[in-house]
Amino acid sequence: MGELIAKEKTTVVPGQVIAKGMDFLPSHGTYRLKDDVIANRLGILSVEGKVLKTIPINGRYLPRKDDVIIGKVNDILMSGWRMDINSPYSAVLPLKDASFDYIQKGADLTKYFRLEDYAVAKITSVTSQNLVDITVKGPGLRRLRGGRVIKVSPHKVPRIIGKKVSMVSMIKNGTGCKIIVGQNGLVWLEGEPDMEVVAVSALKKIQDESHISGLTERIKIFLEKTLGKKIEEQAPNEDNNDNKGHEYVSKREENNKHPVPSRTHNADKPVAEKLTQKTEEN
Amino acid sequence: MAEEFKRPSGRKNDESRPIEAEAGVIKAADGSARFKIGDTEAYAAVYGPRELHPKFLQDPKTGILRCNYNMMPFSGDGTRVRPGPSRRSKEISLVTEKALIPVMNLEDYPNTVVDVFIELPQTDAGSRCAGICAASIALADAGLVMKDMVPAISVGQVRRNLIVDLDGAEEHMDENEGTDIPIAMIPSTEEITLMQGDGIIDRDDLKKALEMVKPALKKIAEEQRKALLNKYNSTGDQK
Repeated sequence: MGELIAKEKTTVVPGQVIAKGMDFLPSHGTYRLKDDVIANRLGILSVEGKVLKTIPINGRYLPRKDDVIIGKVNDILMSGWRMDINSPYSAVLPLKDASFDYIQKGADLTKYFRLEDYAVAKITSVTSQNLVDITVKGPGLRRLRGGRVIKVSPHKVPRIIGKKVSMVSMIKNGTGCKIIVGQNGLVWLEGEPDMEVVAVSALKKIQDESHISGLTERIKIFLEKTLGKKIEEQAPNEDNNDNKGHEYVSKREENNKHPVPSRTHNADKPVAEKLTQKTEEN
Repeated sequence: MAEEFKRPSGRKNDESRPIEAEAGVIKAADGSARFKIGDTEAYAAVYGPRELHPKFLQDPKTGILRCNYNMMPFSGDGTRVRPGPSRRSKEISLVTEKALIPVMNLEDYPNTVVDVFIELPQTDAGSRCAGICAASIALADAGLVMKDMVPAISVGQVRRNLIVDLDGAEEHMDENEGTDIPIAMIPSTEEITLMQGDGIIDRDDLKKALEMVKPALKKIAEEQRKALLNKYNSTGDQK
């Protein structure tokens, strides 16, 4: 008989035996060694029936197709722009994905993006060697003017956005700032200077306390206290252009409860992968 | 074997020095740790995976691990340790990397590097082992895929007695006769990833010594895991 040794939703560390026996199947962040299922990265344990996986809490952003991210122009190339996307890999914004204009060969590319410009972009493709192409053509995607950009942990982005964009909308309504959250952990915000400061501290608070339950309520109290006003339970679907980025993001979050299989340890070829997908279809 | 042997520290032959381990001590790093065993203390900071330059060092199949071991100028017995790379520190950087790479998997990060910086503010023998212990906590803290922690400790023979975790005094007891063997092991499979040797030891004694360190290594691995759990549970775990 199999036996679950670590508790669900607790932190597990590499080398920790999560379960004994063949009744459990290793998925992401776990592997089988003889009869045991062992964690191979730091994360929160998640148990779905027989399938054991860990949700990472630390680490750099790895680009994935269709992610909406915020990037900074690093370099101007012959046929596009190289952008820093807060990841081990940089992204290329090709000419055709930069503007609806026809751009003549040899034209001055700084007309569209200059060095150090920020943009909200969407990842169009990622190769096996992690070469990344992005586009700024699409709803909500654009060059960013003014405001400020802060870094948060990419693994905390889902918490910052909240269920159905609830968390970030609350901060937006409370502070009156425009906020765009990139999947890569860069957040752009613009508003009254003192309100920007409040929004930044709220974001930092979410990041630091995301693992303690009752987060939304605490952030609400925090905002009410610092702003000295009541925050309405906000109505969804505001006609604000800046929301569009999030709609993308939140949709992707829902579709993607099981992340794209990554190439992990040899011992850790996710046997459970097919099984999870099947159960999902049902 | 002489029965009367007493270690200068008063420890039992298979007893290690007191251990302190802590994760996340360097905020700017992606992962970091402090590991202290007796009077030897190591800090490790992990940065990356990040872009690797110069480009010819890149490996399109996998990310690479790059370790740097450094003793601080004031860390030794009082004579100033000359700063900068030396033959010794280059060797230790290399063996540290070789000790850690078997548990790592950086195939998700081709063409990148993971940098591990190990600094020792205070040393009293066993510094490469302390460095490996700290580095392995820091790598896990950085959220990297690794199949197990890597604990390391030394075992040796002083006046024909096998002892675990030699300190500075014990290392120098026998003039040049004593034996000092730093060992790193993957606890789950008991595979040895580092074994060096300084001195002379019989084949049988070596076998005994290898058996003797295993419990000490497993205890260190537990300390390493505890350090990581403490970092994430201190603010309250999700229930």
